[in-house]
Amino acid sequence: MELYNLPIHSLEKMLTEGDISSVELTAAVFDRIDQVEGKISAYITLDRENAQLAAKRADEKIAAGEGGGLCGIPLSIKDAICTKGLKTTGGSKILEPFVPPYDATVIAKLKEQGAVILGKVSMDEFAMGSSNENCAFGIPKNPWNLEHICGGSSGGSAASVAASECIASLGSDTGGSVRQPASHCSVVGLKPTYGRVSRFGLLAFASSLDQIGPLSKDVRDSAIMLNAIGGYDPKDSTSINKEMPDYTAALTDGLQGMKIGIPKEYFTDALDPEVRAAVDNGIKLLQGAGGEVVDLSLPHTEYGVAAYYIIAPAEASSNLARYDGVKYGFREKESESLAEMYSKTRSQGFGDEVKRRIIIGTYALSSGYYDAYYKKASQVRTLIVEDYQKAFSQCDILVSPVTPGPAWKLGEKIADPLSMYLSDVLTISTNLAGLPGISVPCGFSSKGLPIGFQIQASHFEEEKLFKAAYNLEQQLDLQPKYPTL
Amino acid sequence: MKISHDEIRHVAKLARLELSSAEIESMAGQLDGILGYVDKLSEIETEGVKPTTHALSIYNAFREDIVTESLPREEALKNGPLQNGEAFVVPKVI
Repeated sequence: MELYNLPIHSLEKMLTEGDISSVELTAAVFDRIDQVEGKISAYITLDRENAQLAAKRADEKIAAGEGGGLCGIPLSIKDAICTKGLKTTGGSKILEPFVPPYDATVIAKLKEQGAVILGKVSMDEFAMGSSNENCAFGIPKNPWNLEHICGGSSGGSAASVAASECIASLGSDTGGSVRQPASHCSVVGLKPTYGRVSRFGLLAFASSLDQIGPLSKDVRDSAIMLNAIGGYDPKDSTSINKEMPDYTAALTDGLQGMKIGIPKEYFTDALDPEVRAAVDNGIKLLQGAGGEVVDLSLPHTEYGVAAYYIIAPAEASSNLARYDGVKYGFREKESESLAEMYSKTRSQGFGDEVKRRIIIGTYALSSGYYDAYYKKASQVRTLIVEDYQKAFSQCDILVSPVTPGPAWKLGEKIADPLSMYLSDVLTISTNLAGLPGISVPCGFSSKGLPIGFQIQASHFEEEKLFKAAYNLEQQLDLQPKYPTL
Repeated sequence: MKISHDEIRHVAKLARLELSSAEIESMAGQLDGILGYVDKLSEIETEGVKPTTHALSIYNAFREDIVTESLPREEALKNGPLQNGEAFVVPKVI
C-alpha cells in the first residue's frame, strides 16, 4: 500500500511508532502530486519548501513525544482560507496577488498540531458554483473520470483527496460546497453545525451560511479533522461557545435505538435511478445495523433553492463590496477617478458568475424589491427551519442522496446557471437551517461515477452523523477505494 | 421580462460594476430565468412569519475591553496595490 493512499488514522500510528517520518510521507505525497497533477489540476499553489520545513518540525515534535493527531499529516487547503505568507486567491483574478498577513483560526489550529500544509487547492470563484468551472486558475477534473466535473465549490479539495494528492483537505460549505464535491469524488465531506468551526480568515461569501469543513478518505478521518478545527473562537462573533466532544468516540458499531428519518421530498422522480438504488441500499444497511426507519416530510424543501438564491447572493453582494482595488488584490491602474477605479477594477477582476450573483443580490436588496425578495426568502427560511424542528422531534438523523445525479460532463451546465443552481436542491436547506450534514460514499453508477449518501442531524449533533456514517461505511466496505490514474 | 436592461444597468452601477452591452444582453436572459424561478416563493403564504437571518440564536458577542495585539501597520498595508507606507493611496476624490 502506497503511503499517499492511507488515511490519517493509519499514518498517525505509523508516525508515532517511528515506522515512517513526516519528511518521507510528505515527499511521497509530492511525488504523487508530480505524477497525477497534470491530469487533475487540483492545486492553485504548491508550497513545497514550507511543507518540507513543517514536516521536519513535525518529526522533531514526534521524536519529543508530542506527536499524534494531525502532527506530520500532509493536507491541502481550499484557496478561500487565509494562510499567512501563502497566496490565497479565492479562485478569483481580483485576489490573485493576495498574500494574507495572518492565518485563519483553522489554519492556526492545524499548524499548532504540526500538520503539513502542501498548498492551496482550486475552487469556484469566491465559492460560487457547483462544478469548479468558475475558477480563474484552471478547472480541476474528476479523478474517477477526467471528462466529468469534480463538483464545487470545494472541487480542488475533493479532487485532491480522491486522487491521493493529499491525505485530507479543508473546504467550505455554503449550500453544499463540501458535501457535493465529496459525493462526486467518493470521499467523505462534512459540513459542521453553523458556529462549530471558526470562520475567522475564511473569505466571506454568505456569512449566515458559510462553514468550514473537512474532506477526507474515511469517516474516522473526518472526526479527527473536526476534533482539530472545531471550537469557540473569540475572533468569530458567530462561533458558539459549546463544549467539544472527542468525535472519534462516536464511531462505534450498531445503531440500536437510532431513528432514521426518510424525508419524502428528497426522493422525487427527478432522482437518477442509480442514485436512488445506491441510497436505498445504504438505508437497508443502516436498518441492518439496528436503525429504525421513520417516513416523514419536509414540505418546504422545494422552496430551498429559490430562498437560497436570494439570500446567498444578497449576502455576497454586501461581502464582496470589499474588493475595490484599495486594500488588496488587483487594481485597474489607468482610472482617473476613484469611482471609475472601483468599477473598472471590479469589472475586470470578477468572473461572470460572481458578477451575476452581485447583480441578483444588489437587485434583491434594492429599494422597492427588498420585501418581495429578501424579506420573503428570509420568511421561507423560517418555514424550512420549522420543518426540520418538526422532523427532528420524530427522528435522530435524516438520510437522502447528496445530489440528484452523478457528476455531469464538463461544460454541460456552464451556460445555464439556473440548471446548475437546481442541482443543489438536496444540500441547500441544511445551510439555511445551520445544521450539520455529511456526505459518505455509497456506490458507483454503471459508468463508474461516485454516488454519495447524505446524513443530516440537529444542531451540534455531529456525533450522530459520524456514528451513522461510520456504520454505513463499515457495512458497505465500498470498492474500489481509489480511482485508476 | 422580469428585469429590463435599464434596471440591470442601474443595479450594476449601484454595485460598482461596469457591464458591456453584450454582458447585459446575456445576463438579462439568465436573470429572467433565475428571477422567474425565484417567483416560486410567492406560492407560499408568509403573512406573520418572522424572517430568519441567522439559523442559530446568537446575541451580541461582547469581549472584555482589553487591548490585544493587532496587525502592525506595515503588515496591513503590504497587500495594497498602491500605498505610501502610512496609508492606501487612491485616485483623487475631489
